[in-house]
Amino acid sequence: MTTQAEHHMPTAAAPAEAGLLPSPEPVRFLDDDGAPAPGDAHGRYERPPSALLKRAYDAMVLGRRFDAQATALTKQGRLAVYPSSRGQEACEIGAVLALRETDWLFPTYRDTMALAARGIDPVEALTLLRGSWHCGYDPVATRTAPQCTPLATHAPHAVGVAYAARRRGEDAVALVLIGDGGTSEGDFHEALNFAAVFHAPVVFLVQNNGFAISVPLSRQTAAPSLAHKGVGYGVRSERVDGNDPLAVLAVLTDAVEWARAGGGPVLVEAHTYRVEPHTNADDDARYRDHDEVEAWKRRDPLARLEAHLRARGELTDDDVAAAREAAEAYAADVRARLGEEPTGDPADLFAHVFAEPTPQLREQATWLAEELSHDAAEGAR
Amino acid sequence: MTLTMGKALNAALRDAMREDESVVMFGEDVGALGGVFRVTDGLAAEFGEDRCFDTPLAEAGIVGLAVGMAMNGFRPVVEMQFDAFAYPAFEQIASHVAKMRNRTRGAVGLPMVIRVPYAGGIGGVEHHSDSSEAYYAHTPGLKVVTPATVADAYSLLREAVADPDPVVFMEAKKLYWAKDEVSLPVTTEPFGTAVVRRPGSDATLVAYGPAVPVALEAAAAAEADGRSLEVVDLRTLVPFDDATVASSVRKTGRCVVVAEATGFASVSAEIAARVQERCFHSLWAPVLRVTGWDVPYPPPVLEKYHLPGVDRVLDTVDRLQFDDAPDPRFLTGAAG
Repeated sequence: MTTQAEHHMPTAAAPAEAGLLPSPEPVRFLDDDGAPAPGDAHGRYERPPSALLKRAYDAMVLGRRFDAQATALTKQGRLAVYPSSRGQEACEIGAVLALRETDWLFPTYRDTMALAARGIDPVEALTLLRGSWHCGYDPVATRTAPQCTPLATHAPHAVGVAYAARRRGEDAVALVLIGDGGTSEGDFHEALNFAAVFHAPVVFLVQNNGFAISVPLSRQTAAPSLAHKGVGYGVRSERVDGNDPLAVLAVLTDAVEWARAGGGPVLVEAHTYRVEPHTNADDDARYRDHDEVEAWKRRDPLARLEAHLRARGELTDDDVAAAREAAEAYAADVRARLGEEPTGDPADLFAHVFAEPTPQLREQATWLAEELSHDAAEGAR
Repeated sequence: MTLTMGKALNAALRDAMREDESVVMFGEDVGALGGVFRVTDGLAAEFGEDRCFDTPLAEAGIVGLAVGMAMNGFRPVVEMQFDAFAYPAFEQIASHVAKMRNRTRGAVGLPMVIRVPYAGGIGGVEHHSDSSEAYYAHTPGLKVVTPATVADAYSLLREAVADPDPVVFMEAKKLYWAKDEVSLPVTTEPFGTAVVRRPGSDATLVAYGPAVPVALEAAAAAEADGRSLEVVDLRTLVPFDDATVASSVRKTGRCVVVAEATGFASVSAEIAARVQERCFHSLWAPVLRVTGWDVPYPPPVLEKYHLPGVDRVLDTVDRLQFDDAPDPRFLTGAAG
């Protein structure tokens, strides 16, 4: 009989963490200009199929245009707030394209571009940020959880949904999006631990974009990388160049299929950058250098993918024009439909607290209705 | 048969699991051990570890896992082990459990139960005796239930598991060993219905959970002094039964709220306000409250001075201006 300590002692031949450790350097397929980079250290990831990369390109063009449109609408006061994900297109689109329709996505407030890529109506996707309701789409029908504003609290939900799916004999996977700041929250750690212990098919994608509002990564963690955080929980971990669409798609597709096949959870850290401020209300000049932002803009994921596909003859001028045209039409539709002031039905206040309103809620609903009819009568006078 | 409340809760969980395969139970020590209060005793053995299982020691994770499972077809019942242990899960409860239906405009309801063994009187050390019901009752979107009888424990827990909305089910620890003659299964009054446990005509005692036996004992003692006290057991704090409470107070004209939690910003304060709003013209005296002091829950050697007991209830009833004298505490300002 072995003691508890002996049981946990790794052998020299196969240290327990060997299969869990991330690659020594972030996995990348493209250099900063979109030219082929030396292959990844493990040699385990294949270049994603061209058709998938073309889909990613179209979705990234659309996503960027959507992001720019939403930012513009914020400046016009049409959205209450908008946290841009410009520059993170590879992560946003990669997360969605790695999933099947039956898989689940658990986004944060910054991941509106991913919602658009999932095919959610952009007006429903912007309901939260517009202030017309909290979540505008049906999470079950779209297999997309409400965008989460508290940090990392949606991660245990993803574990629950994935575990439930497995218990029901479905092969669905849950992919949860988290930022670098979110990895400091307790719920992130509890979710990783639960996912590992319950062997739940969950992929945690940490978009390490360098800042939690103004706080840089060096103030967030002293770990060698955020990917290393998975190892202590027994979660397979990997890191990837988050501005390399090929690498993101390759690593995420592998992670999702690993989880689907029963391999357990995976943590992926994507090294990327938030080129815009945290939100329209943020002054990023107070906490970072202009030069740093410009350097990251030169590693633009969309430009890298375009250069790569053009060099291989897989993207023509016509393809580019078509993608931009589709994105313009999409933006025009968003603009038109968000042009009007949002309205809300006051009765909705009381309608969705419980399946059946309590007597107290019915009383309050009546009170408000009387108040409103009184106001209307006053107004008519 | 004679049954303890703990056994009745156990039977309710067992019957719910037999009837509905989507009911799952998890938390800390709920599996092989059957929970530190044995409420889940034998469930893992009967239904297997897929249906009743131990989790890592992490309350936010437990509640968060339940949210995800409830989103995807299950009816989780989770145990928080002790009242104050639930605080790490409070963000999950307040920000997600309570709000999911509302956030999604009705698209996603969370049929889940959070069982919270709560309140004191069992000699627990710190963090094991909090009355945390006000936090939950103050959070829209949660139903808050607390049985005081063995029959209610069974019936209300069955209703909680069947409810389409999240229920915080507060089990008074000192009542786990309370016994009664009950034949199961039993169905008592539904959520949102308070019950007159003892009729009376001179004053109404409104109580819930661990305070109900105290109120009943006080009413029995008062009867010996020729005073007739009516005892109303709320049973559910959310939804709240204004009608039964108001109708009792209109009949008696006097009201004392008895609750174990500290009084300031509490459920007892809410009840006093609601009674005053609805019964002002029937009241012969201000609504008074008997609660725990506004102090952190004391160590076991002092808890007998903290918990509202029969004497404090009877003293307070005496201040209901039966002789037209106002309560001196509130004239001097000594009671704040």
